Amino acid sequence: MAEINLVEAVNLALAHELARDEAVVLLGEDIGANGGVFRATVGLQQRFGAGRVVDTPLAETAIVGTAIGMAAMGLRPVAEIQFSGFLYPAIDHLINHAARLRNRTRGRLTCPLVVRTPCGGGIHAPEHHSESPEAMLAHTPGLRVVMPSSPARAYGLLLAAIRDPDPVMFLEPTRMYRLFRQEVADDGEALPLDVCFTLRGGTDLTLVSWGAMLHETQAAADALATEGISAEVIDVATLKPLDLPTILESVARTGRCVIVHEAARTAGLGAEIAAGLAEEGLYSLLAPVQRVTGYDTVMPLSRLETQYLPSVERIVAAARKTLEAS
Amino acid sequence: MSTVARFHIDHVRFLDPQGEALGPLPDFARDPAQLVPMYRAMYLTRTFDAKAIALQRTGKLGTFASALGQEAIGVGVASAMRAEDALFPSYREHAAQLVRGVRIEESLRYWGGDERGSDFAQARHDFPNCVPIGTQVCHAAGAAYAFKLRGEARAAVCFLGDGGSSKGDFYEGLNFAAVWKAPLLIVVSNNQWAISVPRSAQSATATLAQKAIAAGVEGVQVDGNDLVAVHHVAREALAKARAGGRPTLIEAVTYRLGDHTTADDASRYRDPAVVQEQWSFEPLTRLRNHLVGLGAWGPDKEEALARECTETVNAAVEAYLNTPPPTTAAMFEHLFATLPAALVAQRDEALRFTPRKAGGQPGGDHG
Ligand SMILES: Cc1ncc(C[n+]2csc(CCOP(=O)(O)OP(=O)(O)O)c2C)c(N)n1
Ligand SMILES: [Mg+2]
Repeated sequence: MAEINLVEAVNLALAHELARDEAVVLLGEDIGANGGVFRATVGLQQRFGAGRVVDTPLAETAIVGTAIGMAAMGLRPVAEIQFSGFLYPAIDHLINHAARLRNRTRGRLTCPLVVRTPCGGGIHAPEHHSESPEAMLAHTPGLRVVMPSSPARAYGLLLAAIRDPDPVMFLEPTRMYRLFRQEVADDGEALPLDVCFTLRGGTDLTLVSWGAMLHETQAAADALATEGISAEVIDVATLKPLDLPTILESVARTGRCVIVHEAARTAGLGAEIAAGLAEEGLYSLLAPVQRVTGYDTVMPLSRLETQYLPSVERIVAAARKTLEAS
Repeated sequence: MSTVARFHIDHVRFLDPQGEALGPLPDFARDPAQLVPMYRAMYLTRTFDAKAIALQRTGKLGTFASALGQEAIGVGVASAMRAEDALFPSYREHAAQLVRGVRIEESLRYWGGDERGSDFAQARHDFPNCVPIGTQVCHAAGAAYAFKLRGEARAAVCFLGDGGSSKGDFYEGLNFAAVWKAPLLIVVSNNQWAISVPRSAQSATATLAQKAIAAGVEGVQVDGNDLVAVHHVAREALAKARAGGRPTLIEAVTYRLGDHTTADDASRYRDPAVVQEQWSFEPLTRLRNHLVGLGAWGPDKEEALARECTETVNAAVEAYLNTPPPTTAAMFEHLFATLPAALVAQRDEALRFTPRKAGGQPGGDHG
């Protein structure tokens, strides 16, 4: 079994599905000969042909719009949006069509579509290349929103997304693309959507995060462990629909919760999780829930991005605050 | 059956690739006093470009998009603009920006990851670089409407690429400007590539200029490597716009001689031999030969210009590298006219967690 990084795991999953199901079609900008600007689709056009791995003209509206038509007519399109900052032209199609075709036609027409897009900062990218749009997507009824945080989960969750009968937004944290390698078997085994993954057990508090921020979150758990504090770490993975029961169950044991995300704070998914804890887990809480998030600022250009991104220090400080509260 | 519409598209070229006049030239093209400043601007652009790539390669600049081979378009068009016009560039039009008075150190700050690079000391009404492809066409159309509504003799000029001409924003902005008879000039720098996607895969039309026809706009194709041709059509289009006239679409045909950006490796998707061939059409040699033919240029002047451009660029690099780092508070200072109370606590938290040596190094690795 080979050790691969997250972007290679995406490639492996795409290749697996292209080989398994002829209805699977990839489309996007520069995904063919160039293999994608992050190399996620490298080799796939050579292997599966330009009819199934399609370099489109430059237009995100039409990439997602045409993918909806393909999906409704029996294909399984996997659209790539080069960076999530360029997803916005496609929002009309996502909100007004992909997310509601099934509902509008009472199940007569469906939209088994995957939109993959890199997201997040921390790679010194140019302007508009470091966005975290997950909350606005999760706010859209009818869209599933998934974000992997390791090569194995990227492989397994992408297989599940492609096989899912409904539209899935698959957000790939660019900072994790090449951060570490892991053994991933190309066994075609999907991981379940709609559930959180508990990455490490703990007894004193629960750290909840997703995507690239799990790197800092795990480092914070390590730092806390050196002080004898045991933190449980949960990877939300499917951001919508949210697996609240797993989080509630953990917080019922630990009594404390810190939610970490890179996206801006206001109306972020941290607020949704905190509200869920307030509604259904209040009596097990020993301290107020804390959020460590990006600020409500425009994602800065590269020279200030480390000041924007939640740091290990901020996570540890928030964890301490929950421990001091009682 | 009857024909209800017919169209043709002119291709404008005055100098052949060796710089020989193909026919009668416009007046300015025989006037060294007008041509030499444009040659100098093209040379400065190319010097800056090479330096920016070198800075990126040594970790002192972020991702950079070179204008190599496309200098005549930005310089030819911007030189036809007046100070009071407004520019809406893509991210590859520093040739135009330098003519507009944007400073090299400002451009470097931007590509080095610092928003202050878009706070131009001159050209205060010009828009900053536009990365979300094609969106600037709509902004330029709106600006042109504002000029028209106030009865000002100003024009808006926007640049986009061949890839950008596939975006809805391009068609929509073009259409609005046409319906409004707004003073807008749209320049499509057709460098044959949108990253790895060739022009042939971008649009099934014979020209990009003809996209104007569908909007009821005049469209013209020009040899984008012929400074004389570019400047000539831009002057005419801007005169028409300022005279209360209408929009124009110019397709400037050129070739991207470099990688898409420093984050790209074009050898993955295009034949280096073809790129080599394209070097024989590049715009600097062509204009230089023409200037030599006019008796207005020679090796001494060329050498002096090279020295001068290197000095100018080096001084700008110094200024860039000596720029004090951006402050954490700056993230909050320009979001709104005044910082909302709800954001004060966030700013204070950001300041509390800022390490003493913050603000990053100029530049970064990739994108
Ligand atoms: C809306 C949008 N989609 C995708 C991108 C990523 N991207 C940056 S440049 C580029 C190609 C642009 O090609 P073209 O318009 O021909 O301009 P050129 O870069 O050749 O000057 C792409 C796809 C983007 N910046 N904006
Ligand atoms: Mg192009």
